Amino acid sequence: MHKLLADEPGAKILMLGNEAIARGAVEAGVAFATTYPGTPSSEISLNLFQISQQSDLYFEYSTNEKVALEVAAGAANAGVRTMCMMKHVGMNVAADPLMTLAYVGVKGGLVILTADDPNMFSSQNEQDNRYYAKMSGLPMLEPSSVAEALEMVRHAFDLSEELREPVILRTTTRINHSSAFVELGTLGQRTTSGVFKKDPLSYVTVPAVSRKLHVKLLENLAKAARISETTPFNHVSGSGTWGVVCNGVSHNYISDAVQELGIADRVRILRIGMSNPLPADLIKAFLKECDKVLVVEEGEPFMEEAVKALAQEAALTLPIHGKGEDLFSRLYEFDPAMVRRVLAAYFSVAYTPPAKIDLADIPEIPARPPNLCAGCSHRATYYAVKKAAKGMDTIYATDIGCYTLGFLPPLSMGDFVICMGSSVSSACGFSRATDQKVVAFIGDSTFFHSGITGLINAVHNNHNFTLVILDNGITAMTGHQPHPGVDMAAMQMEGYHRVSIEAVVRALGVGHITLVKPFKVKKSITAIEEALAYKGVSVIISQEICTLYARSLKMPRQRPFQVSERCKNHRDCINELGCPAFYLDANRVRIDANACVGCAVCAQVCPENAIVRVKE
Amino acid sequence: MTATGQRKENMNTIRLIIVAVGGQGNLLASKVLGEAALLAGVPVRMSEIHGMAQRGGVVESAIVMGQARSNLISDGEADILLGFEPSETLRALNKCNPDTVVITNMAPLPPFTVAIGKGTYPDLNQLQTLIRSKTQRLIAFDAVALAKQAGNVMALNMVLLGALLQTRQLPITPEQLKEAIRTKTKANLADVNLKAFDLGYAAGQDA
Repeated sequence: MHKLLADEPGAKILMLGNEAIARGAVEAGVAFATTYPGTPSSEISLNLFQISQQSDLYFEYSTNEKVALEVAAGAANAGVRTMCMMKHVGMNVAADPLMTLAYVGVKGGLVILTADDPNMFSSQNEQDNRYYAKMSGLPMLEPSSVAEALEMVRHAFDLSEELREPVILRTTTRINHSSAFVELGTLGQRTTSGVFKKDPLSYVTVPAVSRKLHVKLLENLAKAARISETTPFNHVSGSGTWGVVCNGVSHNYISDAVQELGIADRVRILRIGMSNPLPADLIKAFLKECDKVLVVEEGEPFMEEAVKALAQEAALTLPIHGKGEDLFSRLYEFDPAMVRRVLAAYFSVAYTPPAKIDLADIPEIPARPPNLCAGCSHRATYYAVKKAAKGMDTIYATDIGCYTLGFLPPLSMGDFVICMGSSVSSACGFSRATDQKVVAFIGDSTFFHSGITGLINAVHNNHNFTLVILDNGITAMTGHQPHPGVDMAAMQMEGYHRVSIEAVVRALGVGHITLVKPFKVKKSITAIEEALAYKGVSVIISQEICTLYARSLKMPRQRPFQVSERCKNHRDCINELGCPAFYLDANRVRIDANACVGCAVCAQVCPENAIVRVKE
Repeated sequence: MTATGQRKENMNTIRLIIVAVGGQGNLLASKVLGEAALLAGVPVRMSEIHGMAQRGGVVESAIVMGQARSNLISDGEADILLGFEPSETLRALNKCNPDTVVITNMAPLPPFTVAIGKGTYPDLNQLQTLIRSKTQRLIAFDAVALAKQAGNVMALNMVLLGALLQTRQLPITPEQLKEAIRTKTKANLADVNLKAFDLGYAAGQDA
C-alpha cells in the first residue's frame, strides 16, 4: 500500500513537503487530480499518480497546464473535489482558464497548487505568483512549514466549497523540498462521480453573463476578505511595538531571529497565511500597536505595498519598509542569517554576526555542472546536427527539458530559450528576420505541451527552418512522467491511447519529415543535411529512448565500449561529444565500463576506429 | 537597546550540512538521520536541493535539529559539515565557521571536466590542511574503502553516518541510529549497512 494511504490517524511520518500536500489532498477526499509536471511540484503529482493506481482517485498527466486546469474545471463543476498542480511558470500557461474560471466558480472544491521557485533552482524565472491571486480575485493560502502545508490543503478544499471558488495554494521550493515529521489525520471519503446541472446563464461566459459573474466574483472576494480577518492562518504573536509582517518560510527565519537576538519581548509578528484577500482590518489594528514595521517576504513587495496602502487608509504615518537597499532584496531566496541581520539593523539592535572563516586561500574548485547522461540520445542528435550544419551561420532555438543542457560545451547547441514551446515559434521569427540558418530543438513532452501550435503557425505562414523533435519516449527532466506519445504498456498501464508524433506532424502538412535513429551517426547526419537543405518547414524526429528511463524499465543493456591500442589521441570523442563515461588515465582516453551504456556513438566518431565493444 | 544576542544562546539547535554528488546516497542518509531523531525525541527539519542530481550535479541537504524553525542553514552557520566527496567538502567550506566539525570521505569523484583533463582537482593533502586550519576539527578518511569492506560500495552513506555519530555532536545515540538503519533501509542490505556504520564509527575514532 502507498505510504500516503496509511489509515493511522495520529501516526507521525517523515514526509517531503510535496508528500504532505498529496496526503492533505487525500485526507480532504480529493477524487480528481490533474497536472503537467514541473519542479518543484513534481512529487505531489507523482504520489497522486501512484495512489490513483491503488484507489478510485482519478489522476491524469494532462498535455499542459492550461489543459490540466480546464479538465479540473469540468470535474469541479460536476461537483467532484479536484486538485490541479503546476510549477509557477505553469500558471502562465493556465492563466487563460484561471481568469474566467474565477468568474464561473466551482461546485466541488478545487485547489490549484502553484510551486514557486525563488532563486530559480530549476526554473527559467522567479516570478511571484501571489499576483495571480490578486489578478484573478481568488483566495490564496501560503504555508510556512511541511505540517502546515498538509493542514492548508485540507482546509483549502473546505474554503473552496464555502466560497464556491477555486483556492490557490502557493508554496516555494523550501516547502516542497523540505522534510519533517507530520502527524497523519483521518482519511477522507472520495466522491468520484458527480452531475453537471445545466445553467447556461451561469456557465456560458458571453459578455452578458460575465457582467453578472464579475459582480458575483467581487461578492465572493468580499466574503473571502471577511474570512481572512478571522482565519487562524493569519495570526499575531508577541506584544512589542516593533512590527514584523511575514509569510511562508520567512516566518521561520523571523521566529528564530527574534529568539537569537533576544528581542522576542519587543517584537509583534503578523504571519500572513491567507495572502489574498489580505485581512485589512487585522493589518490596520496591528499597525496601530506598532511604532515601526518591517515586511519580510521573498519575491516582490506584494504585502509591503498593501500594508502601506492600508496605513494610509488608517491615517497612520509609522515607518513601514521591506524591500530596498540595506533591507530585503527582490532577488533570490532568503536565509536565516540574512533575515537576522536585516531585522537587527532595522530596529537598531546591536548584533555581531558569527565569525566567518577566511576563504581567500581556497584553491579554485572545478565546477560540477549537470551534464547530459552517458549514452544520452540528445548528445548523439546534437552531434549529428552540428556536423550537418558545419560551415553554416546558425541559430539554435532550443526549449525546456534535459536537452537544454546541450547549450554547454563541447556541444554548444542552444542559443535561445524563454519558455515551454518557444523553440518552434521563436524559430519562425528568427528565420523570417534573418538570413541565418535556423534549427529548433524540442523534446517530445514539450512538443505536445506547446510545440504543436507553433508548428501549425510555421506551416501556415510558410516559415523556413528545421525542427528537430528529440523524442526519448518520456518526460525525462522531471522524473519520467508519461505524456501523450508514451508507450503506457511499457509502464504496465492500460486504458490509454498513444498519440504518434509523426502522424501529428504529417497531418499538419509539413513538407519534409524524416525519422532518424541518432545512434546511427552517418545516416542521421545525411538525413539532417537533406532537411537543412529543404526550403520551408522540415522536421526531423530523432527517436531513441531516454537511457535512464530504459534502465528503470530494466531493458537489456548493451555491452560497454573500450579504447583500444589503435587510439592516436585525437580526442574527438572528448572534444566533440564529451560523454561523461570518458576519463583520462596517464594522458590516455579511457571509458568507464560502469557508466558506458554501449550506445556506440563515440565508436562512430573516432577517426581511427579505436573504440571497440568490450568482448564477452 | 537590548542584548547582543548570539545564536549560540540557542544551544538546543544543531545545524548539519551534508554535501554529495548525485547518486552517492545522501538523501537516504538524511532520511535515516531524521528517523533516528524521531526515536530520540528530537525535533528535526530538513531541506534539500537536488535539482539535477541524476545528471551528475551536487546534492546539498540541510538538517536542523532542535527548537529552531528554519530548515535552511546560512553561510558560516553549520555546526557540522558532512562531505561525501573531498572537493565538494572543500566547496562547502563557506557553510563553516571556526567551531565547525568537518567530516569527509577522502575518495575523490572528479568532476567530468577534471576527468577529461580540463580542470585541476585540488591536492588532497592541501585540502586537508586548509580545512583543518580553518575549522575546529577535521575527520577525514577513505569511506569508500570501508563501504567496500562492509560489502557494498553503496554503503558509503552509512560509513559516514558512523563517523558522524562518533563525534557525539548530535543528540542521537548510535543505537537509535542503528534502529533507524534496520527499519528504514532495504532489509537485504541491513547487515551490510550496520557493518558499514560500525566501520565508520571506528574510523571516526581513529581519524
